[in-house]
Amino acid sequence: MTLEDALLPASAQAQGVQVLPFGQDGLLVRFALSAEPWASTAAQAFYDHASAAALPFLRELLPSLTSVLFRFDDTKISRADCARQISSLLSERDWQSETPRPATRVWRIPAAFGGENGPDLEAAAKLAGLRPDAAIEMICATPLRVLAIGFAPGQPYLGLLPEAWNLARRQTLNPQVPKGAIAVAVRQLVLFSNASPTGWRQIARTAFAPFRPDAEPAVPLRAGDALQLVPASGDQLRALLESGDPAGGAICESRA
Amino acid sequence: MTAQIIIHKAGPGLSVQDLGRVGQTHLGLSRGGAADRLALYEAAALLGHSAPIAALEMPIFGGVFEVSVPSRFALTGAPMRAQIGTRALAWNASHHLQPGDILTIGAATAGVFGYLTFAAGLEVAPRLGSRSTHLTAGLGNALQAGTRLALGTDTSRDHTDMVLRSDTRFQGGSLRYIYGPQTGLFDAQTVARFDHTTFTRAPSGNRQGVLLQSDTAPFPAQAPAGLASDFIQEGDIQMTGDGHPFVLLSECQTIGGYPRIGTVLACDIPRIAQAPVGASVQFVHVTLAEADRIAVSQKTLLQDLRRQIRPLIRDPRTIPDLLGYQLISGVSAGREPEE
Repeated sequence: MTLEDALLPASAQAQGVQVLPFGQDGLLVRFALSAEPWASTAAQAFYDHASAAALPFLRELLPSLTSVLFRFDDTKISRADCARQISSLLSERDWQSETPRPATRVWRIPAAFGGENGPDLEAAAKLAGLRPDAAIEMICATPLRVLAIGFAPGQPYLGLLPEAWNLARRQTLNPQVPKGAIAVAVRQLVLFSNASPTGWRQIARTAFAPFRPDAEPAVPLRAGDALQLVPASGDQLRALLESGDPAGGAICESRA
Repeated sequence: MTAQIIIHKAGPGLSVQDLGRVGQTHLGLSRGGAADRLALYEAAALLGHSAPIAALEMPIFGGVFEVSVPSRFALTGAPMRAQIGTRALAWNASHHLQPGDILTIGAATAGVFGYLTFAAGLEVAPRLGSRSTHLTAGLGNALQAGTRLALGTDTSRDHTDMVLRSDTRFQGGSLRYIYGPQTGLFDAQTVARFDHTTFTRAPSGNRQGVLLQSDTAPFPAQAPAGLASDFIQEGDIQMTGDGHPFVLLSECQTIGGYPRIGTVLACDIPRIAQAPVGASVQFVHVTLAEADRIAVSQKTLLQDLRRQIRPLIRDPRTIPDLLGYQLISGVSAGREPEE
């Protein structure tokens, strides 16, 4: 990849990793356009690699589902020089053959599926070619990772689910899912921090609060954490919600 | 008596806003802060401050305000009808408010967001590094009638009755933008058509962003199925599901799934934030090199604004007690000119 390529707009057809301008003070390293397991693993591994390099001219370094964002301080470095440094970091490994590193923390979060807690469960399961109970079983058996924190404060993108869950977003927006809702699209789950409109399908709900503005840390989950949903009944969820505990019955196990 | 502002009436969405929270994207928290940051810089210039401070952001409507101590304040952003008692006040200017007097700020006559900045500053406790209310994150709330906010200390008595030329950013116009990581998802013909379309600011919009409409065909991306959600930022021009542009403002999300055709330059955000419903908007592509040149010229923004402030020349007909002034030497008869 030449520097010229790096500073040109992306082509939808282009293969492989790209370094792309992102606003006036950012560069985005994108491994793939769609959510593919290798690209998520590559993004996480490259994020770790770039973090370890501790580049002094960066304001922010952030992982996403298939990309890593570099926010540079334009008083310290030009976009072109920053792109050169990123290209140099990229050339140090074959990111396509990375394997996921083991998680240092594992979360288990109770979730009530279907009914009023997951009004789109049946429709989503049908699109995935599964009966609702088989769908719940598959989702709870999948060892999920926090792929990114974003959209809303603290809100995790979790994935990747098996290929059957490569569902398109809904054509029409769901006007409101509640705080704690679990929604599915494109092989991922989102656990909503706040009530929100969404194009994703709500299949479950938790009592877990991903954003606790006056607590330390304000955001308990971190990109790279492992996470599993544990099926709970509607009554169990109601009791967790009524307890007011922001953890919502979640357990976090450290694996140092 | 503690220094405070008493909000007797509040327009919908009245909130405390400063320059926002920089560097919290890792928490999923967008910068937030004033939808029109330029208005905070204008207030800083008018009040003689070295940096912008937290202000009251007033979307479409202002409110009725009183203070417990003599207070300097600036009115910037979308021009609104403002008066102390029955005396009309110049906009984009700094004034004095005395205890017992009532400051009434009405509807915007152009633009969207007006700003009321008290020189003493708002003593609202910062959360995650800013005093800004971030409604979508649940940080702070819109202010209601009856609220009292503590004021800090204003050490200066200078810089009142100053004015800045009024700006043209309150009626839409041209927005310069750069290409971004997803511009390539739009074919060349769609991008060209986008550049030649005049859009209208739709009724739908808030601090997260504004929707634009046009009479032409939509502007869909050729995105692959299963396009991964990716980082988004203020200024991004998202194409919603039906192919209409939605320009993100300060309180936007941090990750999104809609394809983006480009990013509006930071210095043109105030123009789109302040475009009232029905205003015409065009997008003008600039290269990265041009964007960098423009960004450099923005670095001296506050200095440039300070050079532009002028004493407010008041129409004698609007001064109720003209004979109370010593008009020749410029020394007033024991009262502040603002009285």
